[in-house]
Amino acid sequence: MIPTDYYIFLGSGLFTIGVIGVLTRRNVLIILMSIELILNAVNINLVALSQYFKSVDGQVFAIFVITDAAAEAAVGLGLIIALFRNKETVNADEIDLLKW
Amino acid sequence: MAELVTFLILGLVTMVSAIMVITRRNAVHSAIWLVITLLAVGGIFLLQHAEFLFAVQIILYVGGITVLFLFVVMLVDIDVQLKQARFARQWLLALVTVALVVAQLIYAIYNHGLGLNLPSRPMVPAPPQNTQAVGMALYQNYMLPVEIASILLLVAMVGAVIMAKRKLE
Repeated sequence: MIPTDYYIFLGSGLFTIGVIGVLTRRNVLIILMSIELILNAVNINLVALSQYFKSVDGQVFAIFVITDAAAEAAVGLGLIIALFRNKETVNADEIDLLKW
Repeated sequence: MAELVTFLILGLVTMVSAIMVITRRNAVHSAIWLVITLLAVGGIFLLQHAEFLFAVQIILYVGGITVLFLFVVMLVDIDVQLKQARFARQWLLALVTVALVVAQLIYAIYNHGLGLNLPSRPMVPAPPQNTQAVGMALYQNYMLPVEIASILLLVAMVGAVIMAKRKLE
């Protein structure tokens, strides 16, 4: 039996890596991949605590998180295709239309 | 003991491949490393006897979402990015923000002294059949959220099609 703390540490570490990716990368595709990493970190925590409390509720929430990730990936990648068609770039630094 | 070793190996693979995802210059390599991260996270689900989530992780994440990513990487021109700087110009400020987030996480975990200090485990036995238990919970207690999730997926599908559609004059 592995202590639940270890899973929480792993989730925290993966979350931190995902946040670093979202904040520092310039490629919009890799920013989206980092968001997937963050959602996976959340799932690790949900499953670990669901196992700790001997209830499947956490796993059901993890399924909803995965649903959300699929929806987000589909819409986000559609946005990237539209963006690339209009501006010929996927560089986050060059997408500054709303910046004054 | 064997369980702990498996956990350590899977955790190490998860962390290293996640770092590779956010540091590779080529987006295709990032997508491949993302597959490895997702597989390792799936292994962690299996280690915790969440078999249904393991199957969902493999089918949906590895089989669906990363393939979608790879398709879009192929559609988008990657030659230009290979010559550009990888990290945005606000990277120093971003790392300071991440340090704050890490400090908050450590404070949240060690707020009550060493360890998580979780409430004690309930004395009920764990549900024996994972997939069956998840299915029962999904279609009994969480019936309305399942319907909302299905509407969300429909909206996302229509939205993605409209977004990626070429404008016809």
